[in-house]
Amino acid sequence: MADFKLIGKNFGPPDLEAKITGRAKYAEDFRAEGMLFAKLLVSPMPHCRVTRIDASDALAMPGVEAILTADDLPEGRGAPNDERALTMEPLYEGEPILAVAAVDETTAADAIDRIGIGLEPLPFVIDPLDSLRPGGPDARVDGNISMRVEDQTVLESRKWSQEVWAAAGEDGLPMGEPTREWSIGDIDAGFAEADVIIEENVFHQSQTHHPLEPRSCMAYWRGRKLHIHVSTQSTARTVAPVARGVGIDPSDVVVVGEYCGGGFGSKISGTVNMPIPALLARKTGRPVMLRVTRDEENYFGRARPGFQSWIKIGMRRDGRVTAIDMYIVQDNGPYGSQGDHNTAATMAHLTYQPENMRFRGITIFTNTPPRGAQRGPGGVQEVAMMAPLMDKACRELGIDRVDHLRANLPGHNATMGPAQTQLSSCFVREALELGAERFEWARKSAMSGRREGTKVTGIGVAASPYTAGSFGFDGLAVLRPDGKLYIHQGIGNLGTHSIADTGKAAAECIDISWDQCEIIWGDTSRHLPWSSVQAGSQTTHAHTRANWAAGLDLKRKLQQIAAMDLGGSPAEYEVTGGRVVHASDRARTMSFNRAASRAIELGGIFDGHELPEDLNDMTVASATALVGQGLMGVSRDNFERGGRLQSWVVGFARVEVDIETGMVDIIEYVGATDCGTVLNPRSLRAQVLGGSIQGFGVARSQKWVYDPQWGVPFTKGFHMAKPPTILDVPLDMDVVAVDEPDPFNPVGCKGIGEPPMGAGAGAIAGAIEDALGGVGFNRTPITTDMIMAALEDQPQPFRGLTAHI
Amino acid sequence: MAIIRDMMAAFELFQPASIDETVDLLGRFDDGWVLAGGLDSFEWFKMRHRRPRVVIDVSGVEELKGIRDSDGGLEIGAMTTLTEIVTNETIRQRFGVLSTAAYAVATPQIRNQGTIGGNISQDTRCWYYRGGWPCYRDGGNICYADTPTSMNREHCIFGASRCVAVNPSDTAPALIALDAKIVVRSGGSERVFDAEDFFIGPSTDITRMTVLKPGDLVTAVRIPAEWADSAFYFEKARDRQSWDFPLVNVATAIKTSGGTIQDIRLAVNAVAPYPMRLTRVEDQLRGQPINEDVALAAGEMAIQGAHLLRQNAYKVPLLRNLVKRAIRDAEVQ
Ligand SMILES: Cc1cc2nc3c(=O)[nH]c(=O)nc-3n(C[C@H](O)[C@H](O)[C@H](O)COP(=O)(O)OP(=O)(O)OC[C@H]3O[C@@H](n4cnc5c(N)ncnc54)[C@H](O)[C@@H]3O)c2cc1C
Repeated sequence: MADFKLIGKNFGPPDLEAKITGRAKYAEDFRAEGMLFAKLLVSPMPHCRVTRIDASDALAMPGVEAILTADDLPEGRGAPNDERALTMEPLYEGEPILAVAAVDETTAADAIDRIGIGLEPLPFVIDPLDSLRPGGPDARVDGNISMRVEDQTVLESRKWSQEVWAAAGEDGLPMGEPTREWSIGDIDAGFAEADVIIEENVFHQSQTHHPLEPRSCMAYWRGRKLHIHVSTQSTARTVAPVARGVGIDPSDVVVVGEYCGGGFGSKISGTVNMPIPALLARKTGRPVMLRVTRDEENYFGRARPGFQSWIKIGMRRDGRVTAIDMYIVQDNGPYGSQGDHNTAATMAHLTYQPENMRFRGITIFTNTPPRGAQRGPGGVQEVAMMAPLMDKACRELGIDRVDHLRANLPGHNATMGPAQTQLSSCFVREALELGAERFEWARKSAMSGRREGTKVTGIGVAASPYTAGSFGFDGLAVLRPDGKLYIHQGIGNLGTHSIADTGKAAAECIDISWDQCEIIWGDTSRHLPWSSVQAGSQTTHAHTRANWAAGLDLKRKLQQIAAMDLGGSPAEYEVTGGRVVHASDRARTMSFNRAASRAIELGGIFDGHELPEDLNDMTVASATALVGQGLMGVSRDNFERGGRLQSWVVGFARVEVDIETGMVDIIEYVGATDCGTVLNPRSLRAQVLGGSIQGFGVARSQKWVYDPQWGVPFTKGFHMAKPPTILDVPLDMDVVAVDEPDPFNPVGCKGIGEPPMGAGAGAIAGAIEDALGGVGFNRTPITTDMIMAALEDQPQPFRGLTAHI
Repeated sequence: MAIIRDMMAAFELFQPASIDETVDLLGRFDDGWVLAGGLDSFEWFKMRHRRPRVVIDVSGVEELKGIRDSDGGLEIGAMTTLTEIVTNETIRQRFGVLSTAAYAVATPQIRNQGTIGGNISQDTRCWYYRGGWPCYRDGGNICYADTPTSMNREHCIFGASRCVAVNPSDTAPALIALDAKIVVRSGGSERVFDAEDFFIGPSTDITRMTVLKPGDLVTAVRIPAEWADSAFYFEKARDRQSWDFPLVNVATAIKTSGGTIQDIRLAVNAVAPYPMRLTRVEDQLRGQPINEDVALAAGEMAIQGAHLLRQNAYKVPLLRNLVKRAIRDAEVQ
């Protein structure tokens, strides 16, 4: 492996001190002179039409400045299932109808109490299957599914016939005509070849994202320019959505978001509610703050789509998976159209490499919160559902589960999904071996079922892939006469440290020490380059590439300046130790300070006066604003591309289930990862363990409960939704990494944000079932009541595929 | 009219410095709300479903704070925090069941703020009721939690009477096991209740969880010397290891002699609208040796007469097993 000075070394996060001391300012922490506060009126019903709004009493109250309704919003993009910030036809309990701005929140809330509102209840549905029954309700007046017809989105009401329902029986998944399907090989031949066939109906719960920081935002105007403080995962990529939501040109938007208290996919390009304070600020001519409450965060803060599925697996005696057949009914909420179901099938194909596979799926609108990408969208559901089923097949055949993974996990030449997509690299087999060794698989798996007192041990293992990179973005860094390298990052700071870690690629290129580097981030008025969204685990790969490109550009220019001033050709110069040095005549040398000053004197390409032609407009604008400040490294990432990026975590878990109380202790967890070159071991550990813990919640405790008759949610607070707490996490946790470079990244890196969550979920779900001797719950989360029912041989208190319990 | 939630409305705040002043204020304002740690109170206020005009914050009343010796037992001021109860040496050493129970409450932050007076006076967590649904308990004429489609996994298996909510307190069963007394001031008079009588069920008054009426103030909890240094057991089953109300909890105090149960107090919570003392089980256990069979028989007896709702059948074996453990595994601290 290349000998790096920064890449692969431990670094603390650059914003650690600010966060720990409370100096870090989140959107909600900003105050501006004359600032008003906004409060929302949200729908109390799962589906209704607003027939009347009478705000006269409210507006007459002292201190109440303005009201904003859907009429005040710019036109949407036009697709019938597009979501806007406010609506006159709320499609779920908690959807914002209007907002009021007043001098303080108490006044704004009291004003909302005084608004006369007429609501006409409309039919609603919260369980997707109910919507597919003959005569069943649709979540929207215009249908329950969306289809793409000639580049247009059209909605349609889809019902499945009585025969389809009858064929499913009482507890089975009805499988009518899907809206999405693909197949590989010959599914029947695959099952014919199998020594064991597992066929189950499996449920995966919808789950709220629960970022600690709610999606509060504050906005004010300076002339035509809108300044907006937001909670966003991706800084540069939040400009366009703000502009669209407010109806102005992107060049008139300044987005500020230095810190993001968690997004997990729910704040990829900011949030749907951003236009509300912006438009109220325009109406009133005063800054407006919208603080989002925890209830509201649970309403419109996005959620992972739930699945009601039927899965059939064929396995040979040697552990090889011969066929997978999957049908997924996906709970989409009321807007957009999620692709989790298709991704889940693709991830199953990638993981187990069956020669024969079929996927069928349908996405149904429900009157529950809007769905969005959640850390490993589709991937997490796949691992949480499939790992326990594979365990069951292994149990029936008497196969060791690691041997089973050995027999199936892909190598470098494997392909993924029906398009037979190639991978850039794949070291999951190595990760499996590394993890099995660290976890001491042979010894630990022998503990399976061992009982001590009232506690029984269970062991689980699950392999979890997810996308890990993209390309083609821009890098921008300026070496100034003070000798420092200013690395401009358009990516957001959502707690992953990638604003710093990816910047090391630029620093590494010119061998400048890290304490001579400054990261510029979190404010689009500070001239940020065009960047990827911080989603799909793209950032590490995409922006080590982009920053490496900027770094190489710097290096080239340093060599050119040295050659110009000190003679010889650029290639004769090395860039090392903060200087440019002639390779054979070390006396011919130039400091970075001097080179930066020379760049300004030289102008042209050196200080940004002339820019490469393939840069994105946003980068051009930023680079132009920085002209003449030093030696500019600016480049689009044009490095070679090869195959789809996928990273992996294989999770190994040991749990103890108390057979008298159904309580579960997670005793030990190991995450073994293939993420290419390790960029920063400490950040990697945080990602792998943090993501795995989020997966523990999927497997164990995180709930989403609706009253089926009234269509309203209960799990709005953290103490009702029950994500895992730190006491649900074992002390004994470790991360091991293969640390083999991906050939299509200049420093070898792939992303790692998403794969850990599925690994945590699958390993824990499998371990709990293992402790109970292979009881198949076919559902997550596996809660205390379910475990007690299983221990007592009692029926579960709900039907297998029932949603939202 | 529109309704907004999750945002407190304004109220008038009083911060008395003495018990007399507090009682005075409670006499003056018939809807005066006693504010202790606020963990229950503020949730109601944020719901805007309870909108007292007057809130009386008793956190400045020094007389209500602290743990004192009293007749060989202890007197714990109502405003003593749960953390103080967890960490108090005497409670740990002599009345360990109470510190274990208090430690099982919620989270460190909530225990730092929540008080013993508030913990025993807290309202039920039934999510229909707390969501502002107009149920029996709220003065309406329906129980939303007991219909063929209700979500009632957390609800009761005993003591239902139009309402199926449970009392969620972790300290309550421990206080009953210790035969604690609750001291209540109302106007000029002071009343002392046995802990088990302090809590009431819906058949007594469906709108209240305790004997407390508007204007009443809990001033202290007294722990008699009687059960000091007994063998104790407390356990709480829950979905997560922290920040989670009990699915079922159990507390016992046992006096033994030569491996035989001489006397016992046994209480459970989160299975009925009030913490239940299991006197029939206690009676059966007196004079019995402590072993698995006796413990199991006690567990079986504890669940007799349980009445199931749609989703809470698991509470029956859970209660049986916790009672079994509370006998089998009780320890002298
Ligand atoms: C998220 C969360 C999780 C929790 N988990 C648990 C748990 O697992 N186990 C558990 O036992 N508890 C739990 N609680 C309850 C918590 O521990 C507190 O004990 C409880 O909320 C009330 O205590 P407080 O001091 O905050 O009182 P407050 O909320 O201020 O008061 C509660 C009620 O009691 C009345 N009151 C308080 N003090 C007096 C007094 N001296 N005289 C008369 N009336 C009084 C108030 O008027 C109010 O009606 C939880 C609370 C929350 C918010």
